[in-house]
Amino acid sequence: MTSVLVKDLTLKFGALTVLDNLNIDIPEGEFLVLLGASGCGKSTLLNCIAGLLDVTDGEIHINDRNVTWEEPSGRGIGMVFQSYALYPQMTVEGNLSFGLKNARMAKAEIKQRVARAAEILQIEPLLHRKPAALSGGQRQRVAIGRALVRDVDVFLFDEPLSNLDAKLRADLRVEIKRLHHNLKNTMIYVTHDQVEAMTLADRIAIMKGGIIQQLDTPTEIYNRPRNKYVAGFIGSPEINFFEGEVEQGTFATGGERFSLEGYAFQGAATAGAAWLGIRPEHIVSGGSAKDLPVTAEVTVDIVEPMGSDTLAWATLAGVPLRIRMDGQAAVSTGDRILIGFDPARASLFDKTTEERL
Amino acid sequence: MVDAVIPRGPKPRPRFSRTNIMLYGTLIVVAAYYALPLYVMIVTSLKGMPEIRIGNIFAPPVEVTYQPWVKAWSEACTGINCEGLSRGFWNSVQILIPSVILSIAIASVNGYALANWKFKGSEVFFTILIVGAFIPYQVMLYPLVIILREMGLYGNIWGLVLVHTIFGMPILTLLFRNYFTSVPEELFKAARVDGAGFWGIYFRIMLPMSLPIFVVAIILQVTGIWNDFLFGVIYTKPADYPMTVQLNNIVNSVQGVKEYNVNMAATLLTGLVPLIIYFASGKLFVRGIAAGAVKG
Amino acid sequence: MSSSSNARKPSGLFRNLSAKIASVPMVLTALVVFVGGTAWTVLYSFTSSKLLPKTNFVGLDQYERLWSTRRWLISIENLAVYGFFSMIFTLVIGFTLAALLDRKIRGENVFRTIFLYPFALSFVVTGLAWQWILNPDLGVQSVVRSLGWESFTFNPLNDPDIVIYGILIAGLWQGTGLIMVIMLAGLRGIDEDIWKAARVDGIGTVKTYIRVIIPMMRPVFVTALVLIASGIIKIYDLVVAQTNGGPGIASEVPAKYVINYMFRAQNLGQGFAASTMMLVSVIVILIPWAYLEFGGKKRG
Repeated sequence: MTSVLVKDLTLKFGALTVLDNLNIDIPEGEFLVLLGASGCGKSTLLNCIAGLLDVTDGEIHINDRNVTWEEPSGRGIGMVFQSYALYPQMTVEGNLSFGLKNARMAKAEIKQRVARAAEILQIEPLLHRKPAALSGGQRQRVAIGRALVRDVDVFLFDEPLSNLDAKLRADLRVEIKRLHHNLKNTMIYVTHDQVEAMTLADRIAIMKGGIIQQLDTPTEIYNRPRNKYVAGFIGSPEINFFEGEVEQGTFATGGERFSLEGYAFQGAATAGAAWLGIRPEHIVSGGSAKDLPVTAEVTVDIVEPMGSDTLAWATLAGVPLRIRMDGQAAVSTGDRILIGFDPARASLFDKTTEERL
Repeated sequence: MVDAVIPRGPKPRPRFSRTNIMLYGTLIVVAAYYALPLYVMIVTSLKGMPEIRIGNIFAPPVEVTYQPWVKAWSEACTGINCEGLSRGFWNSVQILIPSVILSIAIASVNGYALANWKFKGSEVFFTILIVGAFIPYQVMLYPLVIILREMGLYGNIWGLVLVHTIFGMPILTLLFRNYFTSVPEELFKAARVDGAGFWGIYFRIMLPMSLPIFVVAIILQVTGIWNDFLFGVIYTKPADYPMTVQLNNIVNSVQGVKEYNVNMAATLLTGLVPLIIYFASGKLFVRGIAAGAVKG
Repeated sequence: MSSSSNARKPSGLFRNLSAKIASVPMVLTALVVFVGGTAWTVLYSFTSSKLLPKTNFVGLDQYERLWSTRRWLISIENLAVYGFFSMIFTLVIGFTLAALLDRKIRGENVFRTIFLYPFALSFVVTGLAWQWILNPDLGVQSVVRSLGWESFTFNPLNDPDIVIYGILIAGLWQGTGLIMVIMLAGLRGIDEDIWKAARVDGIGTVKTYIRVIIPMMRPVFVTALVLIASGIIKIYDLVVAQTNGGPGIASEVPAKYVINYMFRAQNLGQGFAASTMMLVSVIVILIPWAYLEFGGKKRG
């Protein structure tokens, strides 16, 4: 069953098109992450779904109801903001119950809902404190609680973890995932952090310039990026790109010629100018490299040991190459090493359209 | 039938919704109220006395005359003296220029010292200065008379310049101190490492990058000093009275027939300098008074 | 500051010498004028100084005389009435206008410019303009009467009972723009997400202002109150220009009383005592404020 449906959504501010004819169908219980660099329109899209922004064209349906003209409070959504947006002069309990009281809900019902939310989020001891007396993580929990008490089917998160430090962010990420697992609500989550996106999402929508570049599962996006932008955006360290020509089952670049044996083309294999992308972690070095379809010998320029793994920089076909190695790899600047990769794990993009081949 | 409309695109909102009518209606009525006195002053100053006596103060002039302006500027009387407001204008200019320069020069160096060269006790003096800004002037008026008399400055323009410098100091020092504090400390440290001293850093680094705050300070001081009445009336002699004092004496003079058109022309002439600054500076004026409002 | 962490410390007085020299005007102003001047005035308020300051102390005589002078009592009453209404109306009007301008309206700059221009004008100009508008024979009263409402009476400047309200009208016109600008800055400082959260919670605009925004703006209101209050106590030029204390002594204010006794009536002791009373009233206002502002910070 569809939970949230975005249909032909366009938003313009004057001459500026912020969202361009978007279509998204979000099934019930899905965790969808809107991912993109700042200014890509992801928060704007979320605000349109919430009803905080008037759309220029298109429709928004929530739970099979056309809510395009509904007020945010009438859409059956709860929302969590980056700055928490807690009412600073009210206690935690006041924050949770303010909207319900305003909707003239029975006192007993309010009490029950607040108690339930507090229990789920483990904030019962904090109920009588004011937001100023809470830590960042606790404030974010209260903000989630405010969405929770509304007893709605759809939760909207607008970069909820961006204001927290790295450790707390990792902890709360797991909690949000657990929350989703327990509640099974539909959740739409905006972030610019690809780790958050990859770990939380059932599906990710990568946006750029008001257009969804790819809407897929994290695995699919990582392994089979639909275009060059997505390939470059996802993955850290960044994917390596080679500019060259596809000709007769090979990729020619800067004097090198890579075999494309095993690469699954989208359609028929076509010749022409293209980009080849291969992720640093898909480049194999050492003994096992020599059995791969593509091999080369390179000189290590720089080594960046990071504990869990090591990033080596070399030059191949005239472009800098990142190679991700084991953390214990014995490699140092100036070493000649043999590397190789499997073309099946690489991605090819058309030179002009930058679409996947 | 209504149900047949499928919601799509922007929510249809009446162009003149009740909220909007209330909102703009209130704003327009209030704006008219605020604009009215200026309008009345202008139309009155352009009418002849006969027209004023029979007419309505809100009515535009039937016959426009600039005579009241000429008279206000060069002929209006205070008591037996009939030189018009021009003398007060030039007095005000003579008071204004040195006061603005001196008060800003002292306060900017002062704020700079407080922001970047704190010494033992500097914060204490600053606190006294800021608290002092809340002390009613009346408490300090007479001691200042004594001080100025001892310095031989009582009753002349330079005495008044000094008074303006003193009473402008709290707000200006605060303004400059806050501004210089917001300058990245690394910049200051780098200059010190390069061997620049107190004055070198002030003139070559701080001054060039703080033009906007100087403009704000100038706006603040020009309007404040031009509009001053109290200090002018107490610390100068009638021959040196600033424009505001002279204006009050002309309009509230009990001798002769009241010439409302001349009075309004004189009032407008006095208000012209701050009004021009206000309309020309726009956002900076707002910034100036907002800066004046920040608490120490 | 970096200067205090120098490894080589020149001996006390000469360290940071330029800064100290630059601060001489501030130190002199703070100590001689503000502290010294205030102390001097308070001290001499206990003397019987007339034309010149003298040091024959007479205890509280000047204060007893002050509080039994009708003119002073009227001044205090006027200040209380003016202050009370000025605070309430300035805050209400200032906040309301700011809230209206904050509603993402067209022509915000035009409206703001109109509401604020009176603040650029001096009190003398303000007083004279309103003296003219409120002129009973040619001003608002006569215009309304000429429209057919013959019995209409609005002549505050010549009616001792309501003259202070005539001054209040002019004072509000001049000063509300400032408070509006401060309130608007406060409103603009409020996190946009708070408004969004309130909309998701289904809270109406007015209710959001009253229950959420105004409580959040407490520091702004306190600043505004302090500004209004210190302006009220200083009120002088407006009265001189608009009514010169009249009719009779019906619109006298304390600041004017002080100036009159010090510089016109040649009764310095009365002037000192009256100005000391003004100082006391400022302290009464400032102490709770300082407590709220700085005492509150320590707790939080």
